[in-house]
Amino acid sequence: MAENGIGARVRRKEDARFLVGKSTYTDDINRPGQAHAVFVRSPHAHATIKKVDISKALKAPGVVAVLTGANMLADKVNGLPAGWQIHSKDGSPMNEPPHIPLAPDKARYVGDHIAVVIAETRNQARDAAELVDVSYEPLKAVVNVAEADKGGAPQVHDQAPGNLCYDWHLGDKAAVDAALAKAAHVVKLDLVNNRLVPNAIEPRAGIGEYDAATDRYTLYTSSQNPHVIRLLMGAFVLGIPEHKLRVVSPDVGGGFGSKIFHYAEEAVLTWAAKKVGRPVKWTAERSESFLCDAHGRDHATHVELALDKDHKFTALKVSTKAAMGAYLSTFAPAIPTWLYGTLLAGVYTTPAVYVETKALFTNTSAVDAYRGAGRPEACYLLERVVERAAWQLGIDPVELRRKNVIPASAMPYQTPVALQYDCGDFGKNLNDAAKVVDWAGFAKRREESKKRGQLRGIGISHYIEACGIAPSAVVGALGGRAGLYESAEVRFHPTGSVTVFTGSHPHGQSNETTFAQIVADKLGIPIENVEIVHGDTDRIPFGMGTYGSRSLAVGGSALVKAIDKVIAKGKKIAAHQLEASEADIEFKDGVFRVAGTDKQKAIGEIALSAYVPHNFPHETTEPGLDESAFYDPKNFTFPSGCHIAEVEVDPETGTTKVLRFVAVDDFGNIINPMIVEGQVHGGITQGIGQALTENCVYDAQSGQLLTGSFMDYCMPKADDVPSFEVSTNVVPCTHNPLGVKGCGEAGTIGAAAAVINALLDALKPLGVKEFDMPASPHRVWQAIQNASRKAAD
Amino acid sequence: MAISVSMTVNGKAVSAPVEERTLLVHYLRDHLGLTGTHVGCDTSQCGACVVHVDGKSVKSCTVLAVQAQGAPVTTIEGLAKDGKLHPMQEAFRENHGLQCGFCTPGMVMSALDLVKNNPSPSESEIRHHLEGNICRCTGYHNIVKSIAAGAKAMGGR
Ligand code: FES
Ligand code: FES
Repeated sequence: MAENGIGARVRRKEDARFLVGKSTYTDDINRPGQAHAVFVRSPHAHATIKKVDISKALKAPGVVAVLTGANMLADKVNGLPAGWQIHSKDGSPMNEPPHIPLAPDKARYVGDHIAVVIAETRNQARDAAELVDVSYEPLKAVVNVAEADKGGAPQVHDQAPGNLCYDWHLGDKAAVDAALAKAAHVVKLDLVNNRLVPNAIEPRAGIGEYDAATDRYTLYTSSQNPHVIRLLMGAFVLGIPEHKLRVVSPDVGGGFGSKIFHYAEEAVLTWAAKKVGRPVKWTAERSESFLCDAHGRDHATHVELALDKDHKFTALKVSTKAAMGAYLSTFAPAIPTWLYGTLLAGVYTTPAVYVETKALFTNTSAVDAYRGAGRPEACYLLERVVERAAWQLGIDPVELRRKNVIPASAMPYQTPVALQYDCGDFGKNLNDAAKVVDWAGFAKRREESKKRGQLRGIGISHYIEACGIAPSAVVGALGGRAGLYESAEVRFHPTGSVTVFTGSHPHGQSNETTFAQIVADKLGIPIENVEIVHGDTDRIPFGMGTYGSRSLAVGGSALVKAIDKVIAKGKKIAAHQLEASEADIEFKDGVFRVAGTDKQKAIGEIALSAYVPHNFPHETTEPGLDESAFYDPKNFTFPSGCHIAEVEVDPETGTTKVLRFVAVDDFGNIINPMIVEGQVHGGITQGIGQALTENCVYDAQSGQLLTGSFMDYCMPKADDVPSFEVSTNVVPCTHNPLGVKGCGEAGTIGAAAAVINALLDALKPLGVKEFDMPASPHRVWQAIQNASRKAAD
Repeated sequence: MAISVSMTVNGKAVSAPVEERTLLVHYLRDHLGLTGTHVGCDTSQCGACVVHVDGKSVKSCTVLAVQAQGAPVTTIEGLAKDGKLHPMQEAFRENHGLQCGFCTPGMVMSALDLVKNNPSPSESEIRHHLEGNICRCTGYHNIVKSIAAGAKAMGGR
């Protein structure tokens, strides 16, 4: 292994700026002459907008402009598009009501954008926003997804009767029903997957800018995929051709999915910049993030698992209601369908699976991808129902899983829900995790806790996910309106250093380091001589961005392809200079050599001669050493793993403490173990957050967001989690050049089920059987009281 | 109305006319261009804005600039000396204590406050101390390791 190459724990290049306060997040940027925007947002969950009176606001000090939905309609601004079309069971396309960035006639959730006030300073804009007088006629609201399709529920969109976006399904229903009918055991559960707020610590921010001289727009935005924003906003919303629109996403302070989507504010800032003739800047306050960032999860599910007399799973039937929120966010339709239903075979041999998802509009912020996106919901319900089966049948949960796990020898494995797993050793993940946690010794630890009056429990989550999204042809066949390849350009400079332009967009994932390791390793040059550039549509050929654990599996593969082209061209040049045939040139550790001789040229010499082409194969080869590649994945990648949590519950207070958390994950080959571990730690904590502390709640009557700040929405803090015991089990991906699978979402996908299974294990002696997240002390205490009351009856 | 606010930031005397209602964090970011101090919330909970005023750690989103009138203020930009990272910064680098980097300045400033009062903090003391700092990326594991290592490098056991 090269010192800073693939597999090394290289310290991060990006830290040099982050640690000294010299990073550049969007809010750190100020443009000459900029004005500041503040949005007027609906205080009602659902209301007809009667009138927007801006006269007082316009007269306030410093105000430059006040713009409303009427201005947008006059300018023929279009709605924000959904990037994915789902079809219902009956073949009809989903309902896609328009989403004009500033609502012209109706507010559909608390926080909906009504107007924008632009002023010299942020405080002036804020003061003037108070003076915008909006007359509303409030309407009844529906915020709970389980209620949204009931007769008489308020209608979020007239175009979507019954609040239905789509009613989708996947799998063989007849086979599943038949298996359920003749099953020896059927295990049933009703589950709520609680709504979450992603809460990247950097709030979203943007600056729109327009240059009349060149008729060009620039948008700085805290986004995970600037090219996608350029495409969606330019082509669909504002009608700006790509060559006249530049989107820059500089340093981004976390995303977790919430910064994938094209948001109303981005379009408003860009549009307003031209109208007022000045750059317009906006930075969300945290309260705005709570109201308007796309949320995650929010499912209500009924699941039934059929088992035969030998405890083999014979069928799984899942029925889910999934909230879309008030409007369709960019990827929203794909999440509770293709990123969810397809994962319901999990790591098990269940021969028949059927899933139906009703996607429903509610008077809430949109729901879209949040770390894991569909896969945590799938894993949670599967691992909950498997654990319940073990309990109901009185067998060891490890044994039940072992009995049903897909063996490594069965790879490649075709599931009954579309996916084909290329590789993986799920049984080993399970066995390794059970060993690390000392499964056999748990009874003793439980006794020891009992002596202290504490209830100890242990819980497993045995997951698989589909990452490295995704083969474009598959995506297209499933209703995706984009391709999901990635691009990379490797530019050798004359004196031997390299700049890589990648369409991936790191916002914590450390690509500046891992991608540089790949270059250093493959081209044999010092890592210091490699720079990774990302996040600017004027500099990067193209890009689909970072989400779905795709940076390395797709973006890294594109990088390898571009590197291969550099090497191939280098061989031509070397062959010419070394007077050998191209086929005889080998490349290793940065040196081109005529095989079996000591005739050689270092790659730096080749690069120089590519730019000073005096002695050069001009007949066959162009000068320069600058190669681009696009990579379209052949399949999804399938990271898998087993997570085991051990918790202790204080029955007096309901407090749940995670004492241990063991993760054994298979991410395929690993470029930088230090960074992978960090991704897993962060992912696990988000999963534990969902399980124990986080919950997004809207008031059922008023539709107000009750958890609109860090005071009411409990983010996991340092003392809510333990130090983690993480390790990996490497089974290289079979279909991409690095053999990598992706690690960004795994922790979040696995963790929640492990913690809740552990909690239910701890509460078993008290007879608690049902529990929905989060396990806050109050809710746990309540569950204990309810169970003891039931026992007393 | 604008008033003139002066203080010593990272050893340098500074002065700027600002609105009375200006928060210290905006004074640092907007008037001095010291954008290393971040704003992550509007309810004083995330700790992305922590700086030292008069040697004490303070959430700069929660004090007015005028309250720091005349005081010495240290921000993340003031820690590294002569191009050399402070041992606590170095420990964060060495232990991968940051991912997106947004919480990091506040974490480092808060860590230094802990170590000042407790040169050799235990894991649970570190975790407890961080109750006012939220990180969404790291899961805290490596932040805790970084702070323990930083404390050691600064002379603790
Ligand atoms: S910005 Fe100061 S605590 Fe969040
Ligand atoms: S490193 Fe991203 S919030 Fe802490």
